[in-house]
Amino acid sequence: METVTITMKNPPQLYLEADNVTPDKFAGKSASQIAELHVYEGNTTSTLGKYFEVAGSAGATAADTKIVVKGDVSKVKYLGMKMSAGELVIEGSADQYVGAWMSGGKLLVKGNVDAFAATGMKGGELTIEGNAGNYLGAAYRGDWRGMSGGKILVKGNAGSDVGMYMLGGEIVVNGNIDVHVMTHAEGGKVIIKGNAKSKLGGQLVDGTIIVFGTIDVMMPGYKPVGEAELEIDGVKAKFAHFIGDTGERKKKRKGQVIYGNLYKKL
Amino acid sequence: MTKTMTDVVCPFCGTLCDDLEVSLSDDGKQILEVYNACVIGTEKFLHSQAKDRVTRPRMRQEDGSWKEVSYDEAVEYTAKILANAKKPLMYGWSSTNCEAQSVGHEIAEMCGACVDNTAAVCHGTTLIAVQDIGIPSCTLGEIKNRADRIIFWGCNPAHAHPRHMSRYSIYPRGFFTGKGHKSRKIVVVDPRVTDTASLADIHLQVEQGRDYELLNALRVALNNEWLPDVVAGIPQEKIREVAEVCKSGRFGIIFFGMGVTQSLSKNHNIDEAIALTKHLNEFTKFSIMPMRGHYNVTGSGEVLAWQFGFPYSVDLSRGFARYNPGDTSTIDLLLRGEVDAMLTIASDPGAHFPISAVKQIAKIPSVAIDPHLTPTTGVSKLHVPVAFVGVEVGGNAYRMDNVPIDTRKVVDPPAGMLTDEEFLTKVRDRVKQLKGVK
Amino acid sequence: MSEFIIKNGHVFDPTQGIKGDKKDIAIKDGKIVDKVSGSAKTIDAKGKTVMAGAVEIHAHVAGPKVNVGRIYRPEDKLFTYMPKKGSQRMAGGFSIPTTFKTGYEYAKMGYTTAMEAAMPPLFSRHVHEEIRDTPIIDEGAYPVFGNNWFVLDYLKNDEIENTAAYIAWLLRATKGYAVKSVNPGGTEAWAWGLNCLSIHDPVPYFDITPAEITKGLMKANEFLGLPHSLHIHPNNLGNPGNYETTLDTLRLTEGMKAKNKFGREQVLHLTHTQFHSYGGTNWGDFESKAKEIMDFVNKAKNVTIDTGNVTLDETTTMTADGPFEHHLTELNHLKWANVDVELETAAGVVPYIYSPNISVCAIQWAIGLELGLMAKDPMRCYITTDHPNAGPFTRYPRVIKWLMSAKAREAQINAFKHKDKVVNQTSIAGIDRELSLYEIAQMTRAGPAKSLGLSSMIGGLKPGMDADVVVYNFNPDKPVAKPDDIEAAFQRAACVFKSGVQVVADGEIVSNGNKRTIWVDAKTKENPQVMRDIQEKFLKFYSMTQANYESIGHHFIPNPYAIEVDARS
Ligand code: SF4
Ligand SMILES: [Zn+2]
Repeated sequence: METVTITMKNPPQLYLEADNVTPDKFAGKSASQIAELHVYEGNTTSTLGKYFEVAGSAGATAADTKIVVKGDVSKVKYLGMKMSAGELVIEGSADQYVGAWMSGGKLLVKGNVDAFAATGMKGGELTIEGNAGNYLGAAYRGDWRGMSGGKILVKGNAGSDVGMYMLGGEIVVNGNIDVHVMTHAEGGKVIIKGNAKSKLGGQLVDGTIIVFGTIDVMMPGYKPVGEAELEIDGVKAKFAHFIGDTGERKKKRKGQVIYGNLYKKL
Repeated sequence: MTKTMTDVVCPFCGTLCDDLEVSLSDDGKQILEVYNACVIGTEKFLHSQAKDRVTRPRMRQEDGSWKEVSYDEAVEYTAKILANAKKPLMYGWSSTNCEAQSVGHEIAEMCGACVDNTAAVCHGTTLIAVQDIGIPSCTLGEIKNRADRIIFWGCNPAHAHPRHMSRYSIYPRGFFTGKGHKSRKIVVVDPRVTDTASLADIHLQVEQGRDYELLNALRVALNNEWLPDVVAGIPQEKIREVAEVCKSGRFGIIFFGMGVTQSLSKNHNIDEAIALTKHLNEFTKFSIMPMRGHYNVTGSGEVLAWQFGFPYSVDLSRGFARYNPGDTSTIDLLLRGEVDAMLTIASDPGAHFPISAVKQIAKIPSVAIDPHLTPTTGVSKLHVPVAFVGVEVGGNAYRMDNVPIDTRKVVDPPAGMLTDEEFLTKVRDRVKQLKGVK
Repeated sequence: MSEFIIKNGHVFDPTQGIKGDKKDIAIKDGKIVDKVSGSAKTIDAKGKTVMAGAVEIHAHVAGPKVNVGRIYRPEDKLFTYMPKKGSQRMAGGFSIPTTFKTGYEYAKMGYTTAMEAAMPPLFSRHVHEEIRDTPIIDEGAYPVFGNNWFVLDYLKNDEIENTAAYIAWLLRATKGYAVKSVNPGGTEAWAWGLNCLSIHDPVPYFDITPAEITKGLMKANEFLGLPHSLHIHPNNLGNPGNYETTLDTLRLTEGMKAKNKFGREQVLHLTHTQFHSYGGTNWGDFESKAKEIMDFVNKAKNVTIDTGNVTLDETTTMTADGPFEHHLTELNHLKWANVDVELETAAGVVPYIYSPNISVCAIQWAIGLELGLMAKDPMRCYITTDHPNAGPFTRYPRVIKWLMSAKAREAQINAFKHKDKVVNQTSIAGIDRELSLYEIAQMTRAGPAKSLGLSSMIGGLKPGMDADVVVYNFNPDKPVAKPDDIEAAFQRAACVFKSGVQVVADGEIVSNGNKRTIWVDAKTKENPQVMRDIQEKFLKFYSMTQANYESIGHHFIPNPYAIEVDARS
């Protein structure tokens, strides 16, 4: 695997859109070719090299390419958008749409990310060592096809609307989470190791939410059905089990109504 | 002899009453009386007659004082700040006609601007919900002719849309509702005891910020599923009773306002309210409608949608249109420091935005186009006064139910004053020159 | 104005019976002429196909429900936008493109006239604003009548003359083009959550049946002698077994004759026939009844149809058939928009994915093509996708490919997941007919123009007609190398003239032309009763005043073209 390092040297006056910073777009290119790739600041199109210092060179394919992003990219959007393979490491914090529509590869952010990270994610792994903003792993506006595969790990806290319209895959939040989790979901799993606020699983058709900490207010559409023992990350524990959203439409399998599941650690 | 104009359209709220009558002085230059309008509608017409009205553009000077400038100078300044910016913002559009909006959009395309309307601070969340789940709705005449169940959720038409209840929702006698008010059951959901709530058969005093839970509980009740004893401060028996009231009607409607669109859960409240409406259509006929505020905020959304595909918060900066509130929405753009020039038209963000966003407007080159002196004109570098749409110039507008009504010109504007459309057309032509567009 | 001559192309013009002969087409002052002066600009069409501009007879391209589609489907725009070029406006969206994209895409395919298929009268100003902002193509709009309270009241007592007077008034008030009827009676029933699934289901409260509405509207249409006939979307759309309802509707034309001065011969146009040609009793035994429908249509000279071809795309359905859209959202659980319009109509919108992996979608695809391939008279059967219902209009070139190439159809049949069902439940696999370019010109130009009563103006290349001329990069003398070449040629015309102005060159827009809004101004004898009825309904039941309803100024229709009809005698 070859490594390309890009280091921010001239931060944008406004915000920079860098949807070309992906192993897919870098693959097969030399440092100088990469520096010629387009970036956008408002209505102005310019080149990556104008903002970043580019070192190293990319592998022949996305899978053979690792990108390391250094310097202050907190005003850079769309890093890793639509990446399908390879690796992207962001050493600091990044702005919105990190890994949006990504379908494969590994994306690591050592700092925080703003909203819309992993929008419509299909596959791959996204790790955020800091906090995530709103709409993590959610669908794009109007789309009923949200995150359908892959794994997201947030070591800090996450904002609101995590996993909206989720269809598959897994999101783990080690810290706390804001309101509205897995709204409208039809599959997938969200695990919250810290505390949750309220509005969990609203309008959820199917899917699983597991909370280790507290929940401020439960949705009325979740009916208590007893206790369950679950094993998560090798640890067994007892959980209160709820099914829902009983106000929402439900699917049937072999004549049986399928409910979504919400577990809260006892 | 005084002259009376009929079928005049009120350019104030989203009710867009079109049955006003206005009597004019002999020379047709002065408005004497306005009939049929409510107090706020009447006020709008009479306001245009104010003697101390500002009739020429004013530029703020270094020392903070204002200096009168010509329209040409105002055009030059406006065109330049938009053409030179990397990401200008053109905000407002809700109290002007569709023709002016259209010209504004041409400017926005050339400058790579963001275009947004006042939905950003009222029913934008409704639009997000509609994008997620759709919306079963109808025109206001349907309510008048058929509705026997009326729900007002987080809105207070008695204050914000004064003639709504008499023209469409509570009192009118329509084709299948010959007994008027007696044909209908009224439910009001509001944490406060409002004037509208006092007219209700049932008032649900929902706990603040728990509308989403209450709406969800109504759906659970429709499914005859288990409910906790109390949801959002309302006993479950009451919730089941209201669900029955809705199901037993022939034609129901939920009207909702900023009490639910801007409180906790925002778009989700509306999403679940629409889901409830859709759910009720398995039992009877039900519709839902946002109580849009400004008389033509709906029109701005319509024009943006047919020209660019999105109803508000449209970002044209990269030469094509994008949309994602949270990213492309005005308050976020300002708070995040994403824009470097701002044009405000036909709205007053200075009075309605968070103070930190208003401070940002003051920091960047800015122009406010508005007939009135407003907090926004106060923080902008240039104020361009214009004719009152619907009073001094006509043009199309869309009612809260999306019905288009062409507003009418009643009197001439003060001599030499431009309309929104005229001013923007001059700006557009100047921007074309600056950008070298043919 | 400038002169042009399009030289040496293979011309296909059904209005003159020209079937691919090498011929020059001369253009002067916006019209086709016999000859032009030596200074005319020459367009070399050697080895290319030349036709008149195509005519869209049924598409949902402008107005409230189209815009609901745009507003509530941001995802339809995602990654579809192209950065703007030159003097063009930005253009985006797939199944519900922006108005600018609508005009550009039609023009690039060689379409120069399009009819918006359903205008809710109360929203006519909206429809016209969108038409105004759709560049290049001439457009008209059909106001809907089949659930209108005036019509229901008059036809309950068979008052044809009053119905006709009301139609004339409404066409004038809304600047409409033709009489459209969608799910007659059923949409009024939908106001109470009900429907009329057969032509004899009574309409709640109004004491009338869909059959009586349809018959009455046909009579009123012929009483007026309008350019187009009644344009019907019959009851029971989209349900297995509905072909019987369709045949019942078609039988209402028996014994009726067209009466007009526009050369139109039909009394009924049946639209998106694909959606109305279903056999079976459920989605499992769902099958094609295209043959049964076409057996009737082929014999009935007073009927025209369009196909409503399924294109196998993700699209957005929208129709004034309110109950159908509710039914659809209950099936696919996708977002549902509905608007009931006071005294007049309703509309619903639901996204839909025609997946080649679902047998029903594949059968629908086959039925649409069967209709075109079984048509004995291509002058009476027109290609549509009921845009965007069965697919976006931008797929016409693909539909044309399927109609012109048995090989292309076979490839698609083999690609279906449930190929066996398509083969067993339709007859598509056994049809080897391949439509000729002449037949395509009949189905997309001369035919729809005639049905619309516009055959003296558009749809052909006779001297005197509007100079709407298209050159395609398609050489009819050469065998087709691969079917996709047909699609490519029809997708991006080499050259398009609209009213004598070149609007497309090499598949790109070069001018916004001079678009017109076509409407029908029918003059009738004064009818005080109808005028009184109108006044009364506005006072009592409408939410808008009559004066504001009737007001539709120049800023809505900057370039009108009125077709005059005199029905006073
Ligand atoms: S209700 Fe609204 S539109 Fe009607 S008169 Fe009052 S302010 Fe004007
Ligand atoms: Zn249609």
